[in-house]
Amino acid sequence: MTSTTPLLATEDVTVSYSGKEALHPTSLSFEKGGVTALIGPSGCGKSTFLRSLNLMNREIPGCRIGGSILHHGKDVNTRGVDTYQLRKQIGMVFQQPNPFRKSIRENIAFAPKRHGLSGKANIDALVEESLRAAALWDEVKGKLDQSAYALSGGQQQRLCIARTLAMHPDVVLMDEPCSALDPIATYSIEETIRDMAKRGICVVIVTHNMEQAARVSDRTAFFLLGDMVEFGPTPELFSRPKDKRLDDYLTGRFG
Amino acid sequence: MASEETVDGGISYVTKRLRAEDHVATGVLTAIVAAILVVLVAIIGYIVASGASKAFDPHFLSAKPEQFKAGGGIGPELFNSFYLLVLTLLISLPISLGAAIFLTQYAPEGPVTNIAKTAIETLSSLPSIVVGLFGMLVFVLGAGWGFSIISGALALTMFNIPILVRVIQQALEAVPRDQRDAALALGLTRWEATIHILVPAAMPAIVTGVILSAGRVFGEAAALIYTAGQSAPALDFTNFNLASPSCPWNMFRPAETLAVHIWKINSEGVVPDLTAVSAGTAAVLMICILLFNVLARIVGRALERRLTAE
Repeated sequence: MTSTTPLLATEDVTVSYSGKEALHPTSLSFEKGGVTALIGPSGCGKSTFLRSLNLMNREIPGCRIGGSILHHGKDVNTRGVDTYQLRKQIGMVFQQPNPFRKSIRENIAFAPKRHGLSGKANIDALVEESLRAAALWDEVKGKLDQSAYALSGGQQQRLCIARTLAMHPDVVLMDEPCSALDPIATYSIEETIRDMAKRGICVVIVTHNMEQAARVSDRTAFFLLGDMVEFGPTPELFSRPKDKRLDDYLTGRFG
Repeated sequence: MASEETVDGGISYVTKRLRAEDHVATGVLTAIVAAILVVLVAIIGYIVASGASKAFDPHFLSAKPEQFKAGGGIGPELFNSFYLLVLTLLISLPISLGAAIFLTQYAPEGPVTNIAKTAIETLSSLPSIVVGLFGMLVFVLGAGWGFSIISGALALTMFNIPILVRVIQQALEAVPRDQRDAALALGLTRWEATIHILVPAAMPAIVTGVILSAGRVFGEAAALIYTAGQSAPALDFTNFNLASPSCPWNMFRPAETLAVHIWKINSEGVVPDLTAVSAGTAAVLMICILLFNVLARIVGRALERRLTAE
């Protein structure tokens, strides 16, 4: 029992599509400055769980999220919650790099401007700060007005991270952010993840890659068939799995 | 060399057959395309060639048509065609854009949405003469606007909306879902995501579709015969009295268009140079539509390049 409330926690969260439960009651908590990996075979519910944390699942017709999602101790899985405010604080990076079809600068500045940021100096400062945080500034500082599609896949993904960081979120959700990238680009994203954690951001990352989970995360949760099977500090979970199913998964007997 | 041949002969009984099939298929498809091309080029070439002497004659393009003697022009018809087109697009574009956005972004899956989608598809294949007669009943007679530009523009709107809705719907659906997700995940509303992300990303396809639909509207005759009417009062471009029939901008005057003009002089024309006038008008009409198509490509491509950067 910790004395402080965790930054983000779920209590018996379930997700169902058209009445069919894809995620069974899951209770987890995520700390400030921590990196949590969600692992498991395809279709195990890890992405579904991740997408419920910022209520993105609500955009899918027929999807219901049950249970409580506590952000700073306050349940956000309610009818009255301001999803727009919530998603500013809980950012998300997707599997495929998905920059907007705009310039590099606009990719960062667009959402903050919609949320009320104004003044060229403020915007320029935010663009630089965000790109630096995603380790992209040096590569793109001379071509901010070029299209984001002129960048490589890895750079595009870092631009997407920068875009998320520009909202100053306290949680960043990442859905297999490196699965479309080569090893060098992957390495640089992992650096950025550690960096974000150092600056106090809580990172939750879904990954297929067990080495990646071991490299970047402090804690890991293992999902299987819609159940959260085991949760604990990453080194412990990998070296001394308690659950037989996790042991089988780690030794490659399925999945 | 010899060994290669035996290897080739050895494995390639099947391969040879497949290759032969491939050649035949390619040949047949090429022949089909060639036949279509020949027909198209022949039609376009014939129309332009027989109308060329008139179509590039400034007098023909600006003068008013004659009733009984030779030497008339198509000035009012040319103006009417463009005026009707612009009015039609002004009315149909916002409605279609709204409908397409609603159908792709907001409409819940369900029977009502499905009925709306089916209705739009059915309307898009409605014969245009039916649209014209509907327009006559509702706008010309019902609303009492008579044969007028406004009746014609509204009939053309009925004719254009289903096509535009489909074009815009397809353009919006072709934008990858992840663009919308990205916007929503940044705390933007659905409306912001649609207006600032989806519509701009779909813009090249939308613009291309709108210009191509403009070509159809421009060449439409059947929907206009009983709505915009078959007479073209002489226009006086210095007249700004909106109630006067000779004021070009008066929306309640009858307005024969190029396509209707072709139909009319061929069915009841008595001018001696009827054939030449008809051919010239057809050539003008076709050159305009060709230009629309070229324009659609250029604008679409330019927008695409601006958005994605090569």
